[in-house]
Amino acid sequence: MNERGAKRRLVIAGTVVALLALAPLALGSFAVGLLDDIGIGALVALGLVLLTGVGGATSFGQAAFVGIAAYASAWLTTVHGASPWLGLPFALLLTGIAAWLIGTLTLRLDGHFLPLSTIAWGLSIPLLFGNVDALGQHTGISNIPPLHVGPWSLVTPQAVYYLIWPIVGLACWFSHNLLQSRPGRAIRGLRGGTTLLASVGADAYRVRLSLFVTAALLAGVAGWLYAHANRFVSPSPFDLRSSIDYLLMAVAGGLGQLSGALVGAALVLVVKNALQDVLPLLSARGGQLEGVAFAALFILLLQHARGGLMGFVSRWSRERIGRQPPARPVVLPLPLPRRSLPATGTPLLTVAGAVKRFGGLVAVNDVSFDVRAGEIVGLIGPNGAGKSTMFNLVTGTLPMSAGRVQFLGHDISNAPQQRIARLGMARTFQHVKLRPNMSLLDNVALGAHSRTSCGLLAAGLRLNRTEERQIFDAAWTQLERIGLADRAHEFAGSLPLGTQRILEIARALASDPVLLVLDEPAAGLRRQEKQALVELLRRLRADGMTILIVEHDMAFVMKLVDRLVVMNFGAKLVEGDPASVRADVRVQSAYLGVSA
Amino acid sequence: MNWDVALILSVDGLANGAVYLLAGLGLVLVFSVTRVVFVPFGDVAAFAALSLAAFESGRTPPTIGLVLTLALLAVVAELWQLARRREFARMPRAVLAWGLLPALPCLAAWAVAGRTLPAVVPIIASIALVVPIAPLIARLALQPIADSSVLVLLIASLALHFLLSGLGLLFFGPEGFRTTPLVSGALTLPGGFPVSAQVLLMIASAIVLSGLFYLLFERTLHGKALRATAINRVGARLVGIRPARTAALAYGGASLLAGLIGVLVAPVTTMYYDSGFIIGLKAFVAAIIGGLSSYPLTAVGALAVGLVESFASFWSGALKDVIVFGMLIPVLLLRSLLVARVEDEGEEIDE
Repeated sequence: MNERGAKRRLVIAGTVVALLALAPLALGSFAVGLLDDIGIGALVALGLVLLTGVGGATSFGQAAFVGIAAYASAWLTTVHGASPWLGLPFALLLTGIAAWLIGTLTLRLDGHFLPLSTIAWGLSIPLLFGNVDALGQHTGISNIPPLHVGPWSLVTPQAVYYLIWPIVGLACWFSHNLLQSRPGRAIRGLRGGTTLLASVGADAYRVRLSLFVTAALLAGVAGWLYAHANRFVSPSPFDLRSSIDYLLMAVAGGLGQLSGALVGAALVLVVKNALQDVLPLLSARGGQLEGVAFAALFILLLQHARGGLMGFVSRWSRERIGRQPPARPVVLPLPLPRRSLPATGTPLLTVAGAVKRFGGLVAVNDVSFDVRAGEIVGLIGPNGAGKSTMFNLVTGTLPMSAGRVQFLGHDISNAPQQRIARLGMARTFQHVKLRPNMSLLDNVALGAHSRTSCGLLAAGLRLNRTEERQIFDAAWTQLERIGLADRAHEFAGSLPLGTQRILEIARALASDPVLLVLDEPAAGLRRQEKQALVELLRRLRADGMTILIVEHDMAFVMKLVDRLVVMNFGAKLVEGDPASVRADVRVQSAYLGVSA
Repeated sequence: MNWDVALILSVDGLANGAVYLLAGLGLVLVFSVTRVVFVPFGDVAAFAALSLAAFESGRTPPTIGLVLTLALLAVVAELWQLARRREFARMPRAVLAWGLLPALPCLAAWAVAGRTLPAVVPIIASIALVVPIAPLIARLALQPIADSSVLVLLIASLALHFLLSGLGLLFFGPEGFRTTPLVSGALTLPGGFPVSAQVLLMIASAIVLSGLFYLLFERTLHGKALRATAINRVGARLVGIRPARTAALAYGGASLLAGLIGVLVAPVTTMYYDSGFIIGLKAFVAAIIGGLSSYPLTAVGALAVGLVESFASFWSGALKDVIVFGMLIPVLLLRSLLVARVEDEGEEIDE
């Protein structure tokens, strides 16, 4: 954004904060109470925006997490007389453990097991509350002490307001920081699939789990506030229906933006209040109609406006307010530490007797070859020769049936993909895996994941500024290297396919690899683009990079490589320099069908 | 607990399991064809039970109004869509399929209501009455987003359950009903232990129906079309199978199963407008045990859920549902330990 844009955003944010700060002075108790509810709802919805909108998973049990926190703090403060401030860590501890447990059980499984389990979860927890004596059974717990700040006790809606909204602001700030950080980029990469994250050295399961726990903890904070603002808890506000209401808030506001949580919570609660006023006038069964109306609205929303209100707003503002993106910062930070490259000629990757069987089909049959530091090796063969399978065995995408792979002296046969990536092997994909809605710069920065270490908490609290500057410095360097620095702030999805392949190489380079493994990088490229790619790869070789390239474009490969490994019918046919391979009768017959 | 109690609980559990078996089959059927986790399944079952109760008390079942309302909305949606595409020639057919076809069972129900007829007539009328419900609501709510991710479909489906249960409250009111048993009497097992005939009927129907289900799926062209759509929607379309039609067929099948469940459980449990949800959810536990894809494993899961539920209710009536849902933990744990590396493609929800 340029200076005018930045100023405009600052003015908008300042006005919103000032209006919110002054609201209780102008409004009556009822309206302030509604604002309090909106704030609490927004916290839960914020977690759902992160989890569902950004992370692509969902939970129908958020209200249950709110409930666990509310009951935990209520129980601790009424039964044990503890201070409500002590209730917060206790509530968050219990919520966190519960979320961690359910996440561990379900997040390794297919996408729909988590939401289905959270339905059962969302149903069981309120049932449990309603049947435990210590928690007051169905009548709940009343006379929960209010919060105290020094001599003031936060009893009135106006007083609680000044606790709730700063917390909401803090949570938004935290989430915003989180998304613009190393763990945040991994979270935004989740919807690109497990393999994408593994290729940059991140464990999708752990990223997903930490995201799920974060969302639950946001719900936990909301629950704690709920208990001490209302000073009464009973099972019903934490049932499945409330979970759906929270999800409705997130969808109505817009799952794509953090502000969607605030807007959605306001929208849903205001409409709900209005319906409660209006429907009884229309029909004697107004209360029953409310549920029907809300469910119908939700379905219509999913059918026609899945981006929610803020989805429209952001599309509109993107069209109307063109932003001038910032250029590369002039002040360069200390660069990220580089890996030391092995001496030219030492064996880097050794494949010995690799076998891969799919049932009865032997896709790769006893293939051995090695790649030495500083050379470009091409893996070629006719269609169905087993090149791609071989590629997947080397990068750890597929488990091997037999054989051994050594990389930099480590045995990586059947090692998990992300470990191989972390050792210094970076890859690209035949079917491009970029995040279309992240900028080129962010996509490349994702590549530096394994070189950095900032965690979720530090990222949210903005303690990662130095590391972030280093990451973006590395990303700019790689973008300049491939010649795309002038488009750094465009969405990756707006690039033509050929350029997307080049961008994947930049992402791979951002991880500071020792070995670059490219899966058909020339596919879909025009002539000049291919020439540019050849030059780029030659430059990389001159810088000491080792490259293994799977390709079927012969002209491209012959110009580039030092050595070729030819596969046919799953087995290695020939190995040698381009000229001798070209002259080889067996290769000619494999490609052209000429009988030798 | 002694052996007698254990035996009683086991028989109860088998009866429950029979219900969950049928429901589980319906859920797996819908999921495998449409990728929709059909949460409102249980609501349809409850509506069948409440319709039967209305027949028995000599009233006209409110279900007629519900079905006609849904049919009207579906016709409007269909005509609107055809008008936008300017395919006016197909309009009469749409009115027939979405308007008149669902009205037929309503007409039959209206004719049956208030008369004294053999017990089997209102039962058939009740089942027939709910058959259009699932296809109609799916047409209205789910078909417009049929190509979305599983996640979006699941959210919509859950919202749909709340919509249906709200409508249930409007049309049926908050009172609970129990119908007279379809069969009376009891069978005495060796050892002098009586088993009510209704329970035997439930178990027998589950066995017969799941057998029929198997034959239908494995041996008929329609069954094969359903399976083909389940495996690959685009591929099925290429060989001339219409996904929308197979989806309607699957929803119709699920609705039929739900109707059967409704009339089977109504004599043994008091049914309210929202009782179906919990039945459907327990069937989900069974379906999850079957990985949402395997029919035989779902059957095993259903029996396990039924047995656990009946033993749990002996231990703590209030917490039996919590215990049944707690079964998910070991099941999911086992599944996540056994699972190979899954490559799931990302799900885009807001685009």
